[in-house]
Amino acid sequence: MLEVITMDKWQSYRDRFIQLLIYCLVLLVSAVFVWILFDLIKGGWSHLSWEFLTQSPFDAGRSGGIGPILISTLLILLVALITALPLAWTTAALLAEYVPVTSQFGKTIRFSLQVLAGVPSIVFGLFGNAFFSIYLGLGFSILSGGLTLACMLLPILVSTAEAGLRAVPQSYRLSAAALGMSRTATLIQLLLPAAAPTLAAGLLLGIGRAVAETAALLFTSGYVDRMPDSLLDSGRALALHIFDLAMNVPGGDTPAYASALVLVVLLLCINILAMKLAYGLQRRRIMSL
Amino acid sequence: MSKNSLFIGLLCFAISSSWFSGANAASQRLILTGSSTVAPLVGEIARQYESMHPGVRIDVQTGGSSRGINDTRNGVADIGMVSRALKPTEKDLQAFAIALDGISMIVHANNPITALSKQQIADIFTGKIINWKTVGGVDARITVVNKAEGRSTLELFLQYFQLRNSQIKPHIIIGDNPQGIKTITGNPHAIGYVSIGAAEYETKRGAPIRLLALDGIDASIENLHTGVFPLSRPLNLVTAKIPRGLTQSFIIFARSQQVRPLVKAQYFVPVRVD
Amino acid sequence: MLIDTLTRWLLRAGAIVSALVMLLILAFLLIESWPVLDQITPTRFFTDTSWHPMEGAYNLMPMLSGTLLASVGALLLAIPLGIASALFIVFYAPIYFALPYKRLIELLAGIPSVVFGFWGLTTLVPLINQLHPPGASLLAAILVLTLMILPTITLTAYAALNAVPKEYLHGAAALGLSRWGMIYGVVFPAARSGIVAGIILAAGRAIGETMAVLMVAGNVVQHPEGLFDPIRTLAANIALEMAYAMGDHRAVLFVSGLLLMLLVMLLSAMAGKMENNQYA
Repeated sequence: MLEVITMDKWQSYRDRFIQLLIYCLVLLVSAVFVWILFDLIKGGWSHLSWEFLTQSPFDAGRSGGIGPILISTLLILLVALITALPLAWTTAALLAEYVPVTSQFGKTIRFSLQVLAGVPSIVFGLFGNAFFSIYLGLGFSILSGGLTLACMLLPILVSTAEAGLRAVPQSYRLSAAALGMSRTATLIQLLLPAAAPTLAAGLLLGIGRAVAETAALLFTSGYVDRMPDSLLDSGRALALHIFDLAMNVPGGDTPAYASALVLVVLLLCINILAMKLAYGLQRRRIMSL
Repeated sequence: MSKNSLFIGLLCFAISSSWFSGANAASQRLILTGSSTVAPLVGEIARQYESMHPGVRIDVQTGGSSRGINDTRNGVADIGMVSRALKPTEKDLQAFAIALDGISMIVHANNPITALSKQQIADIFTGKIINWKTVGGVDARITVVNKAEGRSTLELFLQYFQLRNSQIKPHIIIGDNPQGIKTITGNPHAIGYVSIGAAEYETKRGAPIRLLALDGIDASIENLHTGVFPLSRPLNLVTAKIPRGLTQSFIIFARSQQVRPLVKAQYFVPVRVD
Repeated sequence: MLIDTLTRWLLRAGAIVSALVMLLILAFLLIESWPVLDQITPTRFFTDTSWHPMEGAYNLMPMLSGTLLASVGALLLAIPLGIASALFIVFYAPIYFALPYKRLIELLAGIPSVVFGFWGLTTLVPLINQLHPPGASLLAAILVLTLMILPTITLTAYAALNAVPKEYLHGAAALGLSRWGMIYGVVFPAARSGIVAGIILAAGRAIGETMAVLMVAGNVVQHPEGLFDPIRTLAANIALEMAYAMGDHRAVLFVSGLLLMLLVMLLSAMAGKMENNQYA
């Protein structure tokens, strides 16, 4: 009875209608997601096996597996992280601990990183091709691809690390100062460990993005699907392999589904781990980047 | 501090180690880039060459004939793969033919059409004929599959039909040969053109496509071999200078009797080297 | 202390290098596109008859329109879906559905673009082809892009809705507003800037997306006349032709990369203005 008194009938109908609409839209989104997942599993499950994960691809990927491709992906990722992490974390430490939020220096760096975050990956690919592959003479190599990805990962690594450091309670810094610890010691022994879960979460998100990347690697790490001998060899990343199978190999759909399934499962694991780590205070900011 | 120096140390280590390993590998490494038509054949030849010369590593990258020429000129690649004869502007390069190939029109295997005339093809690609019924097929809209700019297959096609690319009214643009074949296997009303070698290779692997006769001449290896098929081209390896050392040895191998079975397995026509 | 000074310089050096990456990228895009920018009057990118680099025609407009149409189409679909999803999580969902649904969206955010493209190629394109050939079309591009930017919009809108102070909600309830009345009258105005920032972010992502669009859009350079016409986007054009391009053609592709970057810079500057916290 209360409802009838407090709101007129039209409002109540309108509210019901909007609720129904929202439920329908949500159902639609969920259905499409399940559809995609179902398609991937249906198409790729039967092709998955231990041999598929370890063998070399034969016949342009129609048979054989994705062993060398997984190794190349891992190497590209390692190069990217080894280059990007020190840069990103020093930048984040500086932004969070050493310069005031309002300083011009901090603002400039933050703006350039923000722009970098929005740069399309194909533009990173163009840059990587012109700078690393041709100008620095690294050619089509895992090194070129990894360094290109490093540039791409910088913004996300910096912003997660900065958010993590800022979330460390002020009392930590004050106590450390009261104890006469140097700022360096405070940073290394106190703040970084305290922010470790967020740093790790940011790291995982970066890994996720790197593993999913295709366009930036197209013209930097190349297409060669063999086991790489050195970082100067070309190596095909997993996402690129899916692209190649899907676009360029008639009859390549089944291995493409299987590879896509591997990639999606890999990314789901990485993301779930990242969410678990980042659970709590900083999560919203990190996940929405 | 210690953490940072550790990372920077690691970075230096990673970069320097890669330089060294790179330097070692580079002495016995051959990089080929270029035509996606030639790449599968050269890939097979390279595999055989590697097995005969342990320690040599040959990387084959696709990217089209123009890139083969470009990369060879600016030194990114040791050898370029070019699926056409060199143009007058490219006479600074050395070309070595390793096989002959042709370009064939292809349609889906379910399409009843088996042959088209030169004029019909030109009309289809310029949008004057838009339904298969007009050329005696089923009542369905034609999907025209064209190649992206820069592909030598496109250049040759345009040259033969005396068209400019801007006259063509395509519905789908594709890159490499296999992509064209894949597009047509997925669309029963599509028509496109690809390398005969690539098309034969995929048909034998069960891709549902049909090669169309052109002006009454079947697009077959035999007709290519005898020189009757009009749309043919040489597949070349090109180098910037007169080849020496590993490059020379590989080119000689790629033109030798030993690789004939490989050339035939890719449905190309071997060339006679005198 | 010495070590503190050292650390400070080290950190500063790291930060400067990070900031320089952006300048380096801009510089190289400029250097590589200079041969063309130097010789060709920029108006030719708008007035040439078509995009046929082999014939020396460099009109980028059809691809710009393709890029914008696909992005706007995707936004039109993804904004209502995304905001509805966020509203569902925050206000409408039964307690045992909210979290699983949010997880689902977060997982959707983690699916790589090439997988969306592949799914679009094998599932959506044949479906659309039955409706109206050739299948690879503006519509396919819009649908795939929608899936890709939906999580971005949902998660940022969720964050914005969740940040609305609880007092507002209590106040609205005390005034006897209905649920939609509260959302429309109180929550949306409070969360507006956050939601808009998320939409801008999503727009940037849609404009720059390459592989998924390359796989489903058909890649014909033309101003589309309908949803079923194939299109080519700027980003897809780079991916498709870069490997084969030489000389001026290559330089023009860098010009389109530059154009893409400027477009996205503009968007991210706008998003930065909208964002109400200082260090996002």
